[in-house]
Amino acid sequence: MPEMSMIKALNNALDVMLARDPNVLIFGEDVGYFGGVFRVTDKLQEKHGATRCFDAPISEGGIVATAIGMGAYGLRPVVEIQFADYILPAYDQIVSEAARLRYRSNGEFIAPLTVRSPYGGGIYGGQTHSQSPEAIFAHVTGVKTVIPSTPYDAKGLLIAAIECNDPVIFLEPKRIYNGPFDGHHDRPVTTWAGHPGADVPEGHYTVPLGKASVVREGADVTVLTYGTMVHVSAAAIEESGVDAELIDLRSIVPLDIETIIASVRKTGRCVVVHEASRYAGFGGELAALVQERCFYHLESPVERVAGWDTPYPHAFEWDYFPGPARVSAALKRSLEMPA
Amino acid sequence: MKPRSKLALHVPAPSTRPGDKPDFSGLQLAEAGEARRPQNDAPEAEMRDLPYTLIRVLDDEGAPRGDWDPRLSPEVLRRGLTAMLKTRAFDERLFQIQRQGKTSFYMKSTGEEAIAVASSMALGAHDMCFPTYRFIGWLMARDHPLPPLINQIFSNEKDPLKGRQLPILYSARDYGFYSLSGNVGSRFGHAVGWAMASAYKGDDKIAMGVIGEGTTAEGDFHEALTFASVYRAPVILAVTNNQWAISSFSGIAGAEATTFAAKALAYGIPGLRVDGNDFLAVWAAMRWASERARLNLGATLIEFFTYRAEGHSTSDDPTKYRPKDEGAAWPLGDPVKRLKEHLIALKEWDEERHEALIAELAEEVRAAVKEGERAGVLGESKPSVREMFEGVFEEPDWRLMEQRREMGV
Repeated sequence: MPEMSMIKALNNALDVMLARDPNVLIFGEDVGYFGGVFRVTDKLQEKHGATRCFDAPISEGGIVATAIGMGAYGLRPVVEIQFADYILPAYDQIVSEAARLRYRSNGEFIAPLTVRSPYGGGIYGGQTHSQSPEAIFAHVTGVKTVIPSTPYDAKGLLIAAIECNDPVIFLEPKRIYNGPFDGHHDRPVTTWAGHPGADVPEGHYTVPLGKASVVREGADVTVLTYGTMVHVSAAAIEESGVDAELIDLRSIVPLDIETIIASVRKTGRCVVVHEASRYAGFGGELAALVQERCFYHLESPVERVAGWDTPYPHAFEWDYFPGPARVSAALKRSLEMPA
Repeated sequence: MKPRSKLALHVPAPSTRPGDKPDFSGLQLAEAGEARRPQNDAPEAEMRDLPYTLIRVLDDEGAPRGDWDPRLSPEVLRRGLTAMLKTRAFDERLFQIQRQGKTSFYMKSTGEEAIAVASSMALGAHDMCFPTYRFIGWLMARDHPLPPLINQIFSNEKDPLKGRQLPILYSARDYGFYSLSGNVGSRFGHAVGWAMASAYKGDDKIAMGVIGEGTTAEGDFHEALTFASVYRAPVILAVTNNQWAISSFSGIAGAEATTFAAKALAYGIPGLRVDGNDFLAVWAAMRWASERARLNLGATLIEFFTYRAEGHSTSDDPTKYRPKDEGAAWPLGDPVKRLKEHLIALKEWDEERHEALIAELAEEVRAAVKEGERAGVLGESKPSVREMFEGVFEEPDWRLMEQRREMGV
């Protein structure tokens, strides 16, 4: 099986879908001839033609609006928002139009578009290239929100998103585009080479939306996370020596509630980890769901590890970023162990 | 050099307010037949005068003038008149129904019927309109049955939109009528995307996007024009300039500085400014632009110059912000009256037939309302509460299933 980086796997997913379905087309800022600032659409225009993968004006609202119109016509547009930090001009289109169209027209019109966007920190991007906005989409019913953590999942989830008849926000953790990142920013960068999640089949396959992955089985505490923080949490579990069960949610809408409940009922403890700011973050929803459904199994309070409630700061990136030390501390608090 | 004065903030205000005599002396209106009609495959650079004139066909005596006369058959004109009168009959009755407390909300198209009706008739059955809420005439021109519209207005058990939408925010795909929403402007770009999809597929269909003059201030308007221009989308982008955005006169949207049609200049697409109360002019402009789009020559922006003869909605009282009789003083008249006079001048219509048609349409609307009332007015009946949880996604997720169970449905 070929080994691919997440970028290559995403590129391959798009290539497979362009070849497979003439109704799939791609557009976004710099995605055409150049192949995208992160190279995710590299060579797709050359291979499939200018009308299948093309550049868009710097107009996130216009990109998503036209994609919705195309979806209503019967196409399956895949658009790229260059950084998730830039998605807000399109938020009205996502909330007021894409998420509502099926419901308000009683299914006469649907919006089967996929909005891809690199998100998250750890790349010295400062406040405008580092944010994690997943919670503002999870709160909007009618859109799905998907976040992969490995090349294999990235390809399978992206194909599932493109084939989905509902709008999907597909957030790509850009810190792990080229290799897994355990949060130790001071150590050498690793690539995906040799990682089991980098074995990616060439052809068409899907990873279903709404099915979490149990990355590591464990007995003592459940860690709920997604994206880059799957790798950070794995490192923290190893370093703390805690026998934790690590769950990669893969999509936060739909959410695999059954896997979450089964795990927390087994372990009796839960730590929620995400990069996004803590207050009203998706971790709050996870904590609420866990206490509603597992209260009598819980042996300690649900812990949240998250970015601080500040804008994403440039010089303080590694103070802000919830690295393995903070995750380890939370695991120990959950187990009522000395720090 | 002149000595500099202090800066002063300009806040536009209309020339008249309640209590004043209506005053439209400031409007510069071309005569019927005055605007030239370029070939519709001519370069945009050769038609940059058009956004500043006014395309009018019918003169004050109901006679057609100039090159824009679409030379429609009396049969087509009578169909247009019928659809406009049906729109008006529907509006009158349903407005009363709201006042009787039988529904929550209603919006009339009064004074703007020619725009929706002529557009609907001038475009093809497979074209798609992305309308505003003052475009019900589009459906009337395509003989949409009345009872489903009334059931939607009542949100009753037969409501085709299952009680999920505010009255009149219809969706009628089979009639080329895209799903409406109460957020203005946010579907203007959808029209462009839909048109781009038609071009991408090599089809022959075109789209029409509609927006009010007030909403041209939204980013959606400029985004849509940018994409339409960049990708030469086969789309007609229409601004219905009815002079009022709720209580804000068109100057608040920029009308003191230029015309809305002239916004096209910056995007390098043709901009037409058309008498929206002139059925023939609307038809001619729509045909011109639609043929241009089907020639793969891209988008046209059309400003339909008109007047909102009634309040914004049932929740509005226009006597609070504009002269009471301003609508009657509108220099471009009433679109129904003008088409009627044209048909009479052609000796293809008369007062007796007109009155008989009005009575017939009132009866048709009355019967349809009765049918809707039998299914229930607002609150008397409604779709199954299960419908609240359907259609959020293609398949409901566990949240929706749990919440439905919690509701006991």
